[in-house]
Amino acid sequence: MSECPENLSYRDSHEWIEREKDVAAVGITDHAQGELGDLVYIELPAVGRLVEAGEAVAVVESVKAASDIYAPVSGEVAEVNEELESDPGLVNREPYKRGWLFRLRVREAAESAELLDAAAYRASIGE
Amino acid sequence: MAPFAGWEMPVAYGGILGEHAAVRSGAGIFDISHMGQLEVRGVEAASWLERQLTNRVGRLRAGESQYTLLLNGEGGVVDDLIVYRVAEERFFLVVNAAMAEEDVRRLTELREGAVELRFFGPGRGGVAVQGPRVGELASRVFPPGTALPARNGVSAIGEGWCCGTGYTGEDGFELFGPGEEVTVWWDRFAEAGVTPCGLGARDSLRLEMGYPLNGADLSPDRTPLEAGLGAFVDLEKGPFPGREKLLAQQRNGLSCRLTGIAMEAGGPPPRAGYVLFAGDAPAGTLTSGGLSPSLGHGIGMSYLPMELASPGKSLELEVRGRKFAARTVRKPFYRKEKHS
Repeated sequence: MSECPENLSYRDSHEWIEREKDVAAVGITDHAQGELGDLVYIELPAVGRLVEAGEAVAVVESVKAASDIYAPVSGEVAEVNEELESDPGLVNREPYKRGWLFRLRVREAAESAELLDAAAYRASIGE
Repeated sequence: MAPFAGWEMPVAYGGILGEHAAVRSGAGIFDISHMGQLEVRGVEAASWLERQLTNRVGRLRAGESQYTLLLNGEGGVVDDLIVYRVAEERFFLVVNAAMAEEDVRRLTELREGAVELRFFGPGRGGVAVQGPRVGELASRVFPPGTALPARNGVSAIGEGWCCGTGYTGEDGFELFGPGEEVTVWWDRFAEAGVTPCGLGARDSLRLEMGYPLNGADLSPDRTPLEAGLGAFVDLEKGPFPGREKLLAQQRNGLSCRLTGIAMEAGGPPPRAGYVLFAGDAPAGTLTSGGLSPSLGHGIGMSYLPMELASPGKSLELEVRGRKFAARTVRKPFYRKEKHS
């Protein structure tokens, strides 16, 4: 069983999003980091980039493979987690805390309705 | 779990980086039951194998092994394999999982004279134990008095074979035999503290050594000379499939060779399929690539035109539309002495 905090929203492609007013932090779930294995490189979007919900905006790479990370909502990239450049394994160790990937300044609040709550995400991964 | 040549194989048991480090500094164990196992026996077994494979089987004495290749008529690689001469007229062959059926089909077709060919199907298994600590652990795991093979040697153990070979560059053994025996070896080594390792570490370890992987670095349209495996090809010994093409290639010179590539630390890991550029012109495509856990930077291999196929050439690797500095380097990428 992987960890899925109740206060977060999820995308079925294994991202989590945490709204703090009009800015939202995005990362990958504990389940996703476990499936990917040891991460060795993370490519983050440029700050200021405008992204659409569902757009591939970052790449996380394990020893084995590269995987796209999708924006759960539309918005502007406000901040990226620069700590990951020297320590990509933070995503494995603390996927919901220091392993966050980027923050978005959210454009449309309505899109959040398409995201999953913790129970629905758990169901989607068969837990 | 990942599908691999019809088998379900774990990519990692704990984590690729930890498993990789365990093999480089301690000991790891791999399930290699997917590898194809064949036996060739008979008074003419040696001379027959000599006519099918690239290396000189006749040079082996009982208890020795060699790396060799099975080629198609065009000199391209069908499979790479290890031939163990387990007795004067008895050979044990370990081939790639994905190619086992094709190897058996070809060899059966080519069978002639007093040669018996046997393919061990499911029910047969294998484990590889690899790492600098394997020697001391083996003395605890194997029954007292077990004769262990020298490096690249082979000796009987139970109903199977204990082989002094591997795919990691470290000391160790590969044990092949009936599934139930192999399971016992796995359990005993695991109890002795050997780290279980999956396909991911197997790939990162072999890549650091520059060992080719068939289906990636070797293929039916590349010859062993292009792959830099000339040391395992004997063009003097007489006919074998593909020999004429190799002789012509030797005469006319190679147009390309499989070359080691190294990246700067901190960049994205190179991957198979990424394109290398010399200036603005594409120069080659990576056949294998990844982050080297031991070295901390990306490494890979690519067939490159001869003018770029020597160490020290500056190239660029395109990763998701961006170019990153790369250079050609000598293989193996990882050398034990420097890191111990």
